[in-house]
Amino acid sequence: MSAHAGTTASSSAAAPLSWKPFAVLAIFLIIGPSLIYPVFLMKALCFALFACAFNILLGFTGLLSFGHAAFLGMASYVSAHAAKVWGLTPELAILFGTAIAMVLGLVIGMLTIRSRGIYFSNITLAFAQMVFFFCLQAKFTGGEDGIQSVARGRLFGLISLQSDMVMYAFVAVIFFLSFLLIYRIIHSPFGQVLRAVRENEARATSLGYKVEHYKLAAFVLSATLVGLAGAVKALVFQLASLTDVSWQMSGEVVLMTLLGGVGTIFGPAVGALVIVSMENYLAELGSWVTVIQGVIFVLCVMFFRRGIVGTLMDLWSKRNAH
Amino acid sequence: MIEIFGISSQALFGQLLIGLINGAFYAMLSLGLAVIFGMLNIINFCHGALYMIGAFVAWMLLNWLGIGYWWALLISPIITGALGVVIERLFLQRLRDLDHLYGLLLTFGLALILEGVFRQNFGASGLPYRIPPELTGGTNLGFMFLPNYRAWVIVLSLFVCLGTWFAIEYTRLGSYLRAATENPALVQAFGVNVSRMITLTYGFGVALAAIAGVLAAPIYQVSPLMGSNIIIVVFAVVVIGGMGSILGSIVTGFGLGIAEGLTKVFYPEASSTVIFVIMAIVLLIRPSGLFGKGA
Amino acid sequence: MKKLYQTMLAGAFLAVAAVPAYAQQYSGPPLKLGVLSDMSGLYADLSGPGSVIAAKLAIEDFGAAAKGMKVEVIGGDHQNKADVGASIARQWYDQDGVDVILDVPNSAVALAVNDITKEKNKIFLNSGAASSDLTGSKCTPNTIHWAYDTWMLANGTGKALVKQGGDTWFFLTADYAFGYALERDTSAVVQKEGGKVAGSVRVPLNTQDFSSFLLQAQASKAKVIGLANAGGDTTNSIKGAAEFGITKAGQKLAGLLVDINDVHALGLPVAQGLTFTDGWYWDTNDDTRKFAERFSKLNNGKYPGKIHAGVYSSVYHYLKAVYAINAKADGATVVKKMKELPTEDSVMGKGTVRVDGRQIHPVYLVEVKKPEESKKPWDYYKILTTIPADEAFRPLKDGGCSLVN
Repeated sequence: MSAHAGTTASSSAAAPLSWKPFAVLAIFLIIGPSLIYPVFLMKALCFALFACAFNILLGFTGLLSFGHAAFLGMASYVSAHAAKVWGLTPELAILFGTAIAMVLGLVIGMLTIRSRGIYFSNITLAFAQMVFFFCLQAKFTGGEDGIQSVARGRLFGLISLQSDMVMYAFVAVIFFLSFLLIYRIIHSPFGQVLRAVRENEARATSLGYKVEHYKLAAFVLSATLVGLAGAVKALVFQLASLTDVSWQMSGEVVLMTLLGGVGTIFGPAVGALVIVSMENYLAELGSWVTVIQGVIFVLCVMFFRRGIVGTLMDLWSKRNAH
Repeated sequence: MIEIFGISSQALFGQLLIGLINGAFYAMLSLGLAVIFGMLNIINFCHGALYMIGAFVAWMLLNWLGIGYWWALLISPIITGALGVVIERLFLQRLRDLDHLYGLLLTFGLALILEGVFRQNFGASGLPYRIPPELTGGTNLGFMFLPNYRAWVIVLSLFVCLGTWFAIEYTRLGSYLRAATENPALVQAFGVNVSRMITLTYGFGVALAAIAGVLAAPIYQVSPLMGSNIIIVVFAVVVIGGMGSILGSIVTGFGLGIAEGLTKVFYPEASSTVIFVIMAIVLLIRPSGLFGKGA
Repeated sequence: MKKLYQTMLAGAFLAVAAVPAYAQQYSGPPLKLGVLSDMSGLYADLSGPGSVIAAKLAIEDFGAAAKGMKVEVIGGDHQNKADVGASIARQWYDQDGVDVILDVPNSAVALAVNDITKEKNKIFLNSGAASSDLTGSKCTPNTIHWAYDTWMLANGTGKALVKQGGDTWFFLTADYAFGYALERDTSAVVQKEGGKVAGSVRVPLNTQDFSSFLLQAQASKAKVIGLANAGGDTTNSIKGAAEFGITKAGQKLAGLLVDINDVHALGLPVAQGLTFTDGWYWDTNDDTRKFAERFSKLNNGKYPGKIHAGVYSSVYHYLKAVYAINAKADGATVVKKMKELPTEDSVMGKGTVRVDGRQIHPVYLVEVKKPEESKKPWDYYKILTTIPADEAFRPLKDGGCSLVN
């Protein structure tokens, strides 16, 4: 899909690192909680990270994984278990969950990365379904009840995260750093190779790049950051449940990314914010939420293939051109 | 009585037969997907929703217009197929030149819309649809009691599947179709309206889903969720069979029904996952599926 | 955003009306109730929007307005996702000033709400979720469980069927914690009453076709096939059993969690003969019939089930307790008052709230009527026995609730 979606993104990649968007982001993160309910904001940030990490694969490597819920859900279960049963401090629980997601990403990545296009989407889905089955069957996940009443604990054994505002500060810092990391990676030589692979795999191979290694690295990186999002989410809500490993969740992240803008850095975060707000504030409308989501999907594919941020960027550059 | 792993052979026969019946649904649905994929290069994610609509149209015909099962078996695929034609003309046609992942995403969105609308209007617990009086009751086969309706399901779906396969492989129309898949420009040059052919193919694939829907209506609850429960499995079937392979989807559909049936006996907990395990294994060994023609 | 819904479904600001001189005037703060339910998914028909209606009817019948109580009801859709439910619950308590959360079908969501309610010292009146853990190992001073639970369903059905001669059982068990709990509790009762469990098969959630599992049940030759599952799984297994002639051949189906809405969805020709325990039935006396009639007019003709009755009864009792306290009070205090007062209303009749948070009342063992026995709309049940309140629910000492003693 990327061949059509990513032209502007690749041209912007050559531009020097810009600090402006990060200043805007920092300001948003600081004043956000005084305008918006912090628990909701934390949820939005978790999904924003989920979508941005997913986009490393879809937007910048050109691989559509239909199984990313596996990493989100698995990390969520593992860190919830680590915090609740083993009593690890929150940062260790999160690290542990993230590490498991990384290992899982490595295993699934090694097995799937050679498939292409739709076959890749399907085989990742197959593995995600197996992970779902594991989570449903394993003792520690608590079946359909999930892992409940997970204590948020004390950060580094010192700072209690029980208050929503303290927790928010913690989540905001994690999000900001991850975001910076994603931005750095995309604009690194490694990121350039990924984009070369996306644009023309054969050419990248003929230039002497071990394409599969690069793809695998991108897959593992994406899985790890998705795992981070899942691990944090478990502590925010103090629970881990099957929702996060189900295939619908894998579909939802595609929607977020598509809506925000495939192959743009900020796009998926914006898409996540929109979708999560819809789920939250339109929840009273019942089934109509699904219908509205479907309509957005269709509109995006038909008319705004560059997503919200992509379309805005196009408008911006058109205006500047005149 | 002969026993295999503690299960009597009679019981095993029964389970195999039931697996075959479930396979009939997989085969019909994956056949439609394969036909559509072969011609349009699109993974039709709303196939499940259209299957659900096929069942609902049958229900509406009966409850609103008093039209019974047999007519529904004819009318519902026509109505649903017409809906498919509209979808193709309105949306998919405009995506033809793009990467086919866009088709997948678009149909995913359509599935959400269709399901949401039906859920809003009919609730989620589903509606009953009675087995037509001609087919109630059953036959004692010795090793099991086979409801007549299930026998009918197997007969009709075999007929539809083999008929479709024959039409595509051995008729003139089918040869145009196959040629258009390979080289649309050339076929167009011969004076065949390829665009119309694509639209009708999509409509036909959708009609197959609707037939499956009508067949399923008396066995399962007619429910807005019936499509999303089955679609992911059917995808796996198509992928295992080899995307776009007609015969592959039929054989795999029945085969996986049987594999699933056996799992239900020996390791029931895994029966909803076994298909994905098979899919992963098949794709690791043969990346283009059992009957696919190279990736 | 919320406004639309409030005017559509809930909007129950009840103005302070002229007050009869004899009534004590309420002087506590205004109240806000949140119905957190599945508004569009699997459980929408058996709880969902109907629960909002039930809550409003209870407020009306209590005469809240005349007593000077300002009560507002809002609704929310948890979509059967624990995280969505948890974030709505937190927002309701923290920001929207909600005092009580009602209904909450789906055990995963209910357990999450149970925790949050305790943390915020508010009130959770559950009638939607089945898990008996809510008044057992997970009990809190802020939660009361109305209408039914897994133990009551298993016990009522298991005991009665063994007594009728159904002494060998085979279970079709939904393959997750809820299914195991139902199977475990029912097996215990069956064995205690002298019956035997011939076997069980674990069926993945949302299985389309149950015929394979039904054949296994048939091969076991057990007299009773226990359906330790819920929702679509239950209806699909009942349909399959009818189709494969299993019920005709003499095996009895025992639904362990069946709602009147499931029977309605199946239709009597398929559901007939099914035996199960239900926490409430609309056609038992003039009061319940009157309630059902009012309810169905507001709910597109659909009749109330046990969960709706539970929401009604819990709201009614809550208002009674708040009215008795007649001042600002925290969640645990109100719940304590609710446990002191006996429950009584026209829908659920008389009952009590135990120290572990279990509201107890008589429940029914029912059999689904044959089509020719049904004389009017929703005339579905034959009541076989009424199980008295003190036998219907799990004995206090067996639950492992920390509030006992």
